[in-house]
Amino acid sequence: MAAVSIEGVGREFPGVRGGPPTRAVEPLDLTIADTDFVALLGPSGCGKSTLLRIVAGLDQATEGRVLVDGREVEGPGADRGMVFQSYTLFPWLTVCENIGFGPRERGVPPAERRTIADRLMAQVGLTGFADHYPRMLSGGMQQRTALARALANDPAMLLLDEPFGALDHQTRSLMQELLLQVWEADRKTVLFVTHDIQEAVFMANRVLVMTARPGRIKTEVRVPLPHPRHWRMKTTPEFARIEEELTESIREEALRAAAMNA
Amino acid sequence: MTGTVGRRRRPSTFAPLTPISPRARVTFGIAFFVLFFAAWSVATWGGFVKPLFLADPLKTFAAGWRLFVEFGFAGDVAVTISRVVGGFVIAALLAVPLGIAMGAFKPIEAFFEPFVSFARYLPASAFIPLLILWLGVDEAQKLAVIFIGAFFQIVLMIAVLIGETRRDLVEAAYTLGAGSRGIVLRVMLPYAAPQIAETLRLVLGWAWTYVIVAELIGADSGIGHMIMDSQRFLDTGQMIFGIFLIGAIGLVTDLGFRAVNRLLFPWQLGR
Ligand SMILES: Nc1ncnc2c1ncn2[C@@H]1O[C@H](COP(=O)(O)OP(=O)(O)O)[C@@H](O)[C@H]1O
Ligand SMILES: [Mg+2]
Repeated sequence: MAAVSIEGVGREFPGVRGGPPTRAVEPLDLTIADTDFVALLGPSGCGKSTLLRIVAGLDQATEGRVLVDGREVEGPGADRGMVFQSYTLFPWLTVCENIGFGPRERGVPPAERRTIADRLMAQVGLTGFADHYPRMLSGGMQQRTALARALANDPAMLLLDEPFGALDHQTRSLMQELLLQVWEADRKTVLFVTHDIQEAVFMANRVLVMTARPGRIKTEVRVPLPHPRHWRMKTTPEFARIEEELTESIREEALRAAAMNA
Repeated sequence: MTGTVGRRRRPSTFAPLTPISPRARVTFGIAFFVLFFAAWSVATWGGFVKPLFLADPLKTFAAGWRLFVEFGFAGDVAVTISRVVGGFVIAALLAVPLGIAMGAFKPIEAFFEPFVSFARYLPASAFIPLLILWLGVDEAQKLAVIFIGAFFQIVLMIAVLIGETRRDLVEAAYTLGAGSRGIVLRVMLPYAAPQIAETLRLVLGWAWTYVIVAELIGADSGIGHMIMDSQRFLDTGQMIFGIFLIGAIGLVTDLGFRAVNRLLFPWQLGR
């Protein structure tokens, strides 16, 4: 399990051909408690992915630092599993081999990899698809495999960058429930990026709203709904109240972002 | 007035990218060969071209038969094939690892790329006189011509293919705990493998050109040598048969390569 502390982390991208640099993330502080489920909500282009990639170690902050369990992040590692918005399964590996990729890199022997993969395929509902190649799977199944692949390393935390963004509404709801079940079972620390308000409220314990670019954390809304959560909670007055509060907040940012890009 | 509403439109065979059945594909492919032979027959037997310049199909295949039965041509064919395969395999064994290293590691690429790009344009056949001087007219010289022609091309093309590995796959592998070695061997290499195989197939085709040129200039065996010999006797039948045979061998290796690729890379079936 892992506690994350983001200390004054900012990111500026160098300007294109001598142009002015782009500031994607304003230096910000954020702590995520062990086993917490935090959603990062904000309009497109506000720096959500950039911040997540910095925590993953895939991108370097221009200032500040990220600590995971007190150790400074210097690069990507198996302790932080990630699921991307785009489909990133390895096309040349079957579902089972994709899930076993991380363990394989750690030198886990084949029989044990198979056991891990079997357990995860059952958990995400992919039993029977072990020998399918990614191109044979629907988008939802590919993302379930990607989730299982990230879980196979038994990471301390999960970083999810709009993992269901490309899925249709029905599939998306089912995936949300699946991820919730995974969290309720394992209680891994989760940092979940989305621009979908309902999704954020349904799954997270804390929802952080980011401002339009350059990204800062504008407000934080706690979601006191109990676990385990059921999809019917989406229709409760409490849920609606939180959703409305967030809608208000993010609407302003979306308007600002639109004005900025005009 | 029935049947006009909701009539299903059949896709035209000539709509872009409309697939064609395997049977039709083979039929079309063979049809061109039939047309080709028909045109050749008309040109020769119809008296449009003098026999001195172009032998008719029957004479050509009769000449081929005589080559194999009377002149031990099978030995020449074997020699040429072994040269092509030998030179190509040596070039590939050295070029593929270098290409992978260049594609994956930018300092290595910065070091080799300018020279390899330069060397790629050096025409292999122009080296033949020099290579004869250095290596004589033995096998080493033939292998060297093919090596020069194939090596630099393979290096560059593979460096590009490896360098084009999808970044998001590399990043995903990093977050799964892969190190440099894992990224190169278990992400970049399998990602590029099908296209690497395609590249090798292409370059093997070029290797045939180099070997024949080498055999035309200084050799006492091989298909190219036979073609040169036939010229002295103005035997266009033999010359054409020799050229034809190279095409046929090329076609067969090509089909073999494709079959092997389908076996090796099953995940991309139907692409
Ligand atoms: N590699 C990059 N180079 C330059 N600018 C970038 C790069 N990556 C992201 N940006 C810019 O940073 C801002 C935030 O991007 P991103 O983190 O992807 O936003 P989000 O995920 O919230 O949609 C955007 O304005 C984007 O144009
Ligand atoms: Mg994003």
